[in-house]
Amino acid sequence: MVDVPYDAVTDVPPAEVPEVDLYHPKSWWTQYVFSQDAKVIAIQYSLTATAIGLVALVLSWLMRLQLGFPGTFSFIDANQYLQFITMHGMIMVIYLLTALFLGGFGNYLIPLMVGARDMVFPYVNMLSYWIYLLAVIVLASTFFVPGGPTGAGWTLYPPQAILSGTPGQDWGIILMLASLILFIIGFTMGGLNYVVTVLQARTRGMTLMRMPLTVWGIFTATVMALLAFPALFVASVMMLFDRLLGTSFFMPALVEMGQQMKYGGGSPILFQHLFWFFGHPEVYIVALPAFGIVSDLISVHARKNIFGYRMMVWAIVGIGALSFVVWAHHMYVSGMHPKFGFFFATTTLIIAIPTAIKVYNWVLTLWRGDIHLTVPMLFALGFIITFVNGGLTGLFLGNVVVDVPLSDTMFVVAHFHMVMGVAPIMVVLGAIYHWYPKVTGRMLDDWMGKFHFWVTFLGAYLIFFPMHYIGLLGVPRRYHDVGEAAFIPSSTHTLNAFITVMALTVGFAQMVFLFNLVWSYFKGRPSGGNPWRATTLEWQTPETPPGHGNWGKELPVVYRWAYDYSVPGAAQDFIPQNQPRATPALQGAAP
Amino acid sequence: MSAIVLFMAVIAIIAGWWLSQQRLMSKPWLEEGPIGNYPGTGAATWPAAKIGLGVFLAVAGSLFALFISAYSMRMVMVDWRTMPVPGLLWFNTGVLVVSSVALQWAYVAARRDDMGNVIIGLCAGGASAITFLIGQLLAWQQLRAAGYFVASNPANSFFYMITAAHGLHLMGGLVALGRTTARVWRGAEMAQVRLSVELCAIYWHFLLLVWLVLLGLLTGWTDEFVDICRRLLT
Amino acid sequence: MVVALILLLVAVGSVLFHIYSPWWWTPIATNWSYIDHTISITFWITGFVFFAVIAFMAYCVFRFHHKEGRQAAYNPENKKLEWWLTIGTAIGVGAMLAPGLVVWHQFITVPADATDIEVMGQQWQWSYRLPGKDGRMGTTDVRNISPENPMGLKRDDPHGQDDVVIENGDLHLPVGKSVKVLLRSVDVLHNFYVPEFRAKMDMVPGMVTYFWMTPIRTGTFDVLCAELCGSAHAQMRSKVIVEEESKYHAWLEKQQTFAELSRRNAVMKATYKSGGR
Repeated sequence: MVDVPYDAVTDVPPAEVPEVDLYHPKSWWTQYVFSQDAKVIAIQYSLTATAIGLVALVLSWLMRLQLGFPGTFSFIDANQYLQFITMHGMIMVIYLLTALFLGGFGNYLIPLMVGARDMVFPYVNMLSYWIYLLAVIVLASTFFVPGGPTGAGWTLYPPQAILSGTPGQDWGIILMLASLILFIIGFTMGGLNYVVTVLQARTRGMTLMRMPLTVWGIFTATVMALLAFPALFVASVMMLFDRLLGTSFFMPALVEMGQQMKYGGGSPILFQHLFWFFGHPEVYIVALPAFGIVSDLISVHARKNIFGYRMMVWAIVGIGALSFVVWAHHMYVSGMHPKFGFFFATTTLIIAIPTAIKVYNWVLTLWRGDIHLTVPMLFALGFIITFVNGGLTGLFLGNVVVDVPLSDTMFVVAHFHMVMGVAPIMVVLGAIYHWYPKVTGRMLDDWMGKFHFWVTFLGAYLIFFPMHYIGLLGVPRRYHDVGEAAFIPSSTHTLNAFITVMALTVGFAQMVFLFNLVWSYFKGRPSGGNPWRATTLEWQTPETPPGHGNWGKELPVVYRWAYDYSVPGAAQDFIPQNQPRATPALQGAAP
Repeated sequence: MSAIVLFMAVIAIIAGWWLSQQRLMSKPWLEEGPIGNYPGTGAATWPAAKIGLGVFLAVAGSLFALFISAYSMRMVMVDWRTMPVPGLLWFNTGVLVVSSVALQWAYVAARRDDMGNVIIGLCAGGASAITFLIGQLLAWQQLRAAGYFVASNPANSFFYMITAAHGLHLMGGLVALGRTTARVWRGAEMAQVRLSVELCAIYWHFLLLVWLVLLGLLTGWTDEFVDICRRLLT
Repeated sequence: MVVALILLLVAVGSVLFHIYSPWWWTPIATNWSYIDHTISITFWITGFVFFAVIAFMAYCVFRFHHKEGRQAAYNPENKKLEWWLTIGTAIGVGAMLAPGLVVWHQFITVPADATDIEVMGQQWQWSYRLPGKDGRMGTTDVRNISPENPMGLKRDDPHGQDDVVIENGDLHLPVGKSVKVLLRSVDVLHNFYVPEFRAKMDMVPGMVTYFWMTPIRTGTFDVLCAELCGSAHAQMRSKVIVEEESKYHAWLEKQQTFAELSRRNAVMKATYKSGGR
């Protein structure tokens, strides 16, 4: 740390950024419902995502009940089981995690963290939410249409996704594709906002290298999502053509249930290429915001700057770029040209290197820190464990020949739940505990939070860690009942029952969390503006919760990076980004 | 997937070039103080709408690159029967070029504060774009009448799907163009519409470029090019 | 410190679970023990990293948790340390990738003496086809599929006449003989999956995929479908019986060829038409 002499730092006059042309709400409707304020939109996104996420949570219980106690629950048959896994997967990956990280956290945090008054296109931002809501409604409506939701698996592989051997073949799949198309349109509107706000609306002094890693993560993920979602869009449109107009993009000549079909010549693998060209970046679209947020949680609660900030930024950008050339590692056993295996295994394992660097830097940030074991910190620790675990099993599946026996087994299910289910959810929860005081002005209850953490973390670990071994044994995924098979010992059924019990327990803990959210909103301890004593701009707003326009009359001016914690010689163990001078004697000298 | 990988590479080069201007190698913890010492590292000075359009063009470009990728992967299957391109498409192409030129005219006029020519440019651009769309519909009609239905061959399916995607993008552009024209009509000041006119012109040029690429694809001119790309990348 | 202890216990518990787990891969039945070795290497490397990272983290929590008067160190980065970690990681990744790619090369290089056999998936059963006396299989087309010709063989292809067709039955294989398993589907994606074989591959309608293997021990193995194929995905079962060569030939003698099947079907049809007389 080079101590900057006091004289060398001159105050910058307050921002000359002109008053942004904000739309000021005129009625209750435009303030809380059709609001153009990014903070309100963020909360709308988060609540909608949570609501549909709860549906997916209940679906996971039903699935686990069936797997843990096959044959006991007569109301779950094979078709329903397939519908449950499909809807659970699709909701969790796209409608919950993507929407929550980008639409929820992105909307709330980007303008506040870069010192903007709002997103740059508030009207488009509002439209983005309402189209998202429509997409969710269309998705949810498939539960009530004849035939029910599609049971094609969240990957929606043709030909089976649109043939009659799969549940939900008539309405379910059509509405699913329509909902995805809507989601992508809505997301693109939001995504344009997040990207352009970071590019154009940063306040004075907020250079890229002074941005908190949260913004870096969300920004990079949004760029990736904007470029990757069109692949899903194209795949969905083409499949809708195949389903509704009888074209043969993906449909080869086939005989279904003894009937020759009219299709001919199409390529199911073409769909897989398109799907995974979106699908793999999607993994990082969920992971990168989590990487960014957890870096900030660890730094704030360990009172220490994030170790190797530059390396962290480069790693985020590098991972984002590399993730576009690894998609076919989901297709090692798909029947594509086997030579592709060499290329994609190599790129996939190379991605492990920047990812590993991030992990090292998180734990090295803890080294010689001042670790406050607050609830957000606990969730960050939980994230590291689950992410390391899930990331390392990814090295199995990314290495082409190792993937051959393991693909399509429960090992894969355990892997991706650990790495893109549990780990990002740990960050989501930690982030909610961290930023709830800014959103509401009250702290979440600490005792309930700790209970919630331990049950969720240990429970989820006990669900998914043993599940790898069921997969190693060879039990395939997407089986509603594994039935009789000589290679499966009966102890597997005991383990499955145990996993089910853990799943229900973890689900219960989430109810405690929801109760905490509501209870603390009314009864929580008032938090003040900056309860964690953090440096980033969102904690320096004049009001808490921040008002419309975020900053009162003048935009903040940024003088330093986001991680000035425990700076030697400073009066406090943190220096806010908008504080001009580090020299302690002058600013610490109270009368 | 060579088209989309190529497209992504171009995007990566642009992003990399921009990032290289942003002092990513600097050590931010040593650089306390106002940022005036490092010009060009602050927020972009372009208007938000212009950057927004740029990002949107990247998204739309990605979409069309993916259509092209799918097209080039599907066309090597045995059942592909290349479809004759209706002569009307050449006329439509000409109309779209006129449309683009008209908007460029409007943009140049807007820069010279020449409101009369802006109106002429906008109206001519809008009218020719609508003519283009009608022409496309007529081309569809001709093909249908000649027995080239959407599901009878993948080449036909792609033709209808890709022209529809392009047409929808143009219709979206027409909405923006219509709003701009309406504002000019209601007597808005030049300063208020100059940016809108510029953005419309950029979007039109983009769609013209996309159309020329698609036309090359649909007529088979790019076959050889695609072939070369595939050989390079696989 | 309770938290540090629990974190450490998670790491230790995971390792112990791994060592004592009764759930482990099935005893291998083919030449693909190379794959198992690669998995073992990966387990060693990843296991080491997992334990090291979590244990280090637990130690940090134990040693540096907040106490009155503690101040965190100020340490923005350490280039040397980061480079060493990067290099170490790259070496670890290389140690997993290199054997993986070598084995993959073996996996996709079919030996010249491998016998072709065909597995056909359909909703929701398995059919098999073995080359007849001429050692070659006839060509097929989905469009030929009918109740009399369930695998869609071309009737005018002389190589197909002596092919052994096993519709919805069990597959027998001789031990010690390399086979190239050609995979075909007539409706949706399937995946011919025998856990003991390790090798598997999707079956895609409209194309023929393959893998090869050499069975190394006799036994009866379950065949499952490993690619979601609709309602009865989980019930799509069959068996592969690997046996000594003599037994295998005895079994093979009893199977019907395509020509025999067609003749029988033709006779049955004629009988049906003539009212069973």
